[in-house]
Amino acid sequence: MSEHHHKETFVTKYIFTQDHKMISKQFLVTGLFMGIIGVFMSMLFRMQIAWPEKSFSIIEAFLGNHQTDGVMNPDIYLALVTIHGTIMVFFVLTAGLSGTFSNLLIPLQIGARDMASGFLNMVSYWLFFLSSVIMVISLFVEAGPASAGWTIYPPLSALPQAIPGSGAGMTLWLVSMAIFIASSLIGSLNYIVTVLNLRTKGMKMTRLPLTIWAFFITAVIGVVSFPVLLSAALLLVFDRSFGTSFYLSDIFISGEVLHYQGGSPVLFEHLFWFLGHPEVYIVLLPALGITSEIISTHSRKPIFGYRAMIGSIMAIAFLSTIVWGHHMFISGMNPFLGSVFTFTTLLIAIPSAVKAFNFVTTLWKGNLQLNPAMLFSIGLVSTFVTGGLTGLVLGDSALDIAIHDTYFVVAHFHLVMGVSAIFGMYAGVYHWFPKMYGRMMNKTLGYWHFWISIICAYGVFWPMHFIGLAGLPRRYYTNTNFPMFDDLLQINQVITIFALIGGLAQIIFIANFFISMYRGAKATENPWKSNTLEWTTPVEHVHGNWPGKLPEVHRWAYDYSKRVDPNDDDSDYLHGEDFVLQTTPLLEGEEPS
Amino acid sequence: MLALFYIFIGVAIGVSFWQITRILDFREVIATDKDNATQGKNALYFMAFLYAIMIYCLIFMNVIMLPESASIEGEHDDNLFSITFWLIGVVQFIMQFLIFYFTFKYKGNKDNKAKFYADSHKLEVIWTITPAVVLVFLIGYGLWQWNDVMDLSNEKDAVVIEVYSQQFRWDARYAGTDNTLGYGNVNFIKGINTMGVDMTDKNSLDDKQVTELYLPKGRKIHFKFRSQDVLHSAYMPHFRAQMNCVPGMVTEFGFTPKYTTEEMRQQPEVIAKAKGINKIRKAKGEDPYIFDYLLLCNKICGASHYNMQMKITVVEEDEYEAWIAKQPTLASVIK
Repeated sequence: MSEHHHKETFVTKYIFTQDHKMISKQFLVTGLFMGIIGVFMSMLFRMQIAWPEKSFSIIEAFLGNHQTDGVMNPDIYLALVTIHGTIMVFFVLTAGLSGTFSNLLIPLQIGARDMASGFLNMVSYWLFFLSSVIMVISLFVEAGPASAGWTIYPPLSALPQAIPGSGAGMTLWLVSMAIFIASSLIGSLNYIVTVLNLRTKGMKMTRLPLTIWAFFITAVIGVVSFPVLLSAALLLVFDRSFGTSFYLSDIFISGEVLHYQGGSPVLFEHLFWFLGHPEVYIVLLPALGITSEIISTHSRKPIFGYRAMIGSIMAIAFLSTIVWGHHMFISGMNPFLGSVFTFTTLLIAIPSAVKAFNFVTTLWKGNLQLNPAMLFSIGLVSTFVTGGLTGLVLGDSALDIAIHDTYFVVAHFHLVMGVSAIFGMYAGVYHWFPKMYGRMMNKTLGYWHFWISIICAYGVFWPMHFIGLAGLPRRYYTNTNFPMFDDLLQINQVITIFALIGGLAQIIFIANFFISMYRGAKATENPWKSNTLEWTTPVEHVHGNWPGKLPEVHRWAYDYSKRVDPNDDDSDYLHGEDFVLQTTPLLEGEEPS
Repeated sequence: MLALFYIFIGVAIGVSFWQITRILDFREVIATDKDNATQGKNALYFMAFLYAIMIYCLIFMNVIMLPESASIEGEHDDNLFSITFWLIGVVQFIMQFLIFYFTFKYKGNKDNKAKFYADSHKLEVIWTITPAVVLVFLIGYGLWQWNDVMDLSNEKDAVVIEVYSQQFRWDARYAGTDNTLGYGNVNFIKGINTMGVDMTDKNSLDDKQVTELYLPKGRKIHFKFRSQDVLHSAYMPHFRAQMNCVPGMVTEFGFTPKYTTEEMRQQPEVIAKAKGINKIRKAKGEDPYIFDYLLLCNKICGASHYNMQMKITVVEEDEYEAWIAKQPTLASVIK
């Protein structure tokens, strides 16, 4: 490693580092920290929903002047819901998931020394860090943080007269998100350039592991759609601070007519959801990519339908940019548009179904090594199917009008993108922890973590579908003003109990994560007997990833259990073992898979 | 319930710390055949749990769900919903079985070898085409129904009603004998003219402002929605109807009520639901619940979003005519 001999200080190694492996750890730890805040918030507001008039010392302890005798105020309830959504969607599942694993795996799995631009990579992380700090600061604003829902629809988000959180809290939210978007765009561009240009010899696009395909396409969607959110946010800043009327018109509030003329909130909805919907796939595709890799490795089988998987990732990505209107069936837009969006939305079911079937077929006749990473991947397939199926109900405009914005929607998207993506993230952490920290995570704690999490996930979100079908709107501070919802209270209490247990169970993971970092068993170079390139690097991190020459690739990533006689399942392994590293040259007469 | 909750938390924390201390050497890191066997079995237990909770909810939560559609347009909605629900229900039960059964069945073992099976063109075609065919049907029915609901063009006899929203209340304005609403804008809001109706518009004079909706059974209702401050959403779950109220524009929706409030109260589904609710209310010493149609706000709109509602009463045509005749016109109220 002659070219990397410069001396490293604490600052260049751990803080302003340009090494993609360290940056990925920074993303992960920051994401976990934000995740703890986000999950804790959800536990607080779930308590409010289940026991609306009850006093809790924990609420008194955490909510300061936003509570009265241990009961939270309506404003802070909306704020908690808003910030929970923002943090989980953007800070945990976009930056925490994509940032961590794109950074870690793209150079390692394509055989590159580092990202195309290490400097921009560092900038990307520090912008993300800055936006996280601003978001956390916004929690301490006197009037409360942003409270208009994570979708921040104006006029509610534009007018402090309408809700206190739309004052300084909303300003900080917008600043934080603008910086976040900059971070995300810089990161995405870097990922795209790296995948296109820095693949090692022999690593054709058609030999890339599915993780890389997923990260690559995710980055493309991000570059296409995040700028639109940035412009939406900037126009909102103009409306709020400089008196423009992009989104506002004909408003009478606090006893006076405001000057705004000619704008429309529907414009904001279009701009927001042009990112907002692809965002779902920005969150989900990396998780699906990670799952493809892990299910294949731990099943000791090639992923079924590699090309179909790539095709479906591309189809999902393409369709995701032309379905945003299904969030707006009842926004007042032209019903004909609703028809178009129903059509495109339901089409997404096809590539999604292909993915789910391919995962299940990969399990079939495998030799499943049920490590925690594998269990989380299987869990992901389960919740992805459950949540995805209800999408057929919500994507259909005629049905959506009856249950739009009820708890049915909350249950749907939490399962299909929330729980699934979190499971994908956990699977990734358990699987690549040895690559990140050189040690292994404890499996027993992993098993407890998984089973409690999936039981609670279903305990929370399965019954939630039904209270939605009972017509219960989301974002209600309490349902006690509607006697017709009185019979839902007990179900809500059960849901909250599951949510609290599920939330607390994540302590097991956090404990396992940090204890393993220092006391876990030392990892070997290739603990899971995987095929991909990252497992050919030394356990101790070196700058440039491979000491000496870059590896050369001779085959795809999924030659697990390849046989001497392809038609005879009892024949011996072609290469003597049930895995073949991508660097292994083809034998004489061996057919590439 | 609360005690139970603390016990659960205690158990969860206790178990986790016990586990941490028990295996503090952190050497057991890769699944052995024994782990595979245990976790494979766990997958089966979990499948049992999942099926139990799925079936329990499907059967016992029927009573809490919304009763049959109270609007004629909503009938197809219910129909389409049942078809979709049966379909996804069947797929859900099969897929979850496959996922967790395969996890159990193919749990790893040193003596086993995985099947090298990378591709099957035939299978992939099957599971691309099958969903596509099913979707063609779902999309077709859905779009037909959507057009049916949203088409308000050829309803001459419709009752035109403006629903007006503000933080945090609903008002309504009937179009009067000319069945045409007068122009409204926030600039006209003054004193008791709370909906900002332009009184120089001659269509406004016979309009009637009310705080509760009365709808005649069997006639198409043509709603026009306005908002004076932020987004609200007029959600009428019993009629399968919902539309946003957007400041600066007028949005529309229509449906035909099918049952009067009285008739709805006699429906078995409604009686069963009311009975369940009243059992709970009685235990708390609250007044009994009587079914009413409601209009709820379903778009986050501020602190009291959770309490923004308006009662809807559906009556027979003659009763409606009598009621509307009694309401004062705007001309007589706003001088």
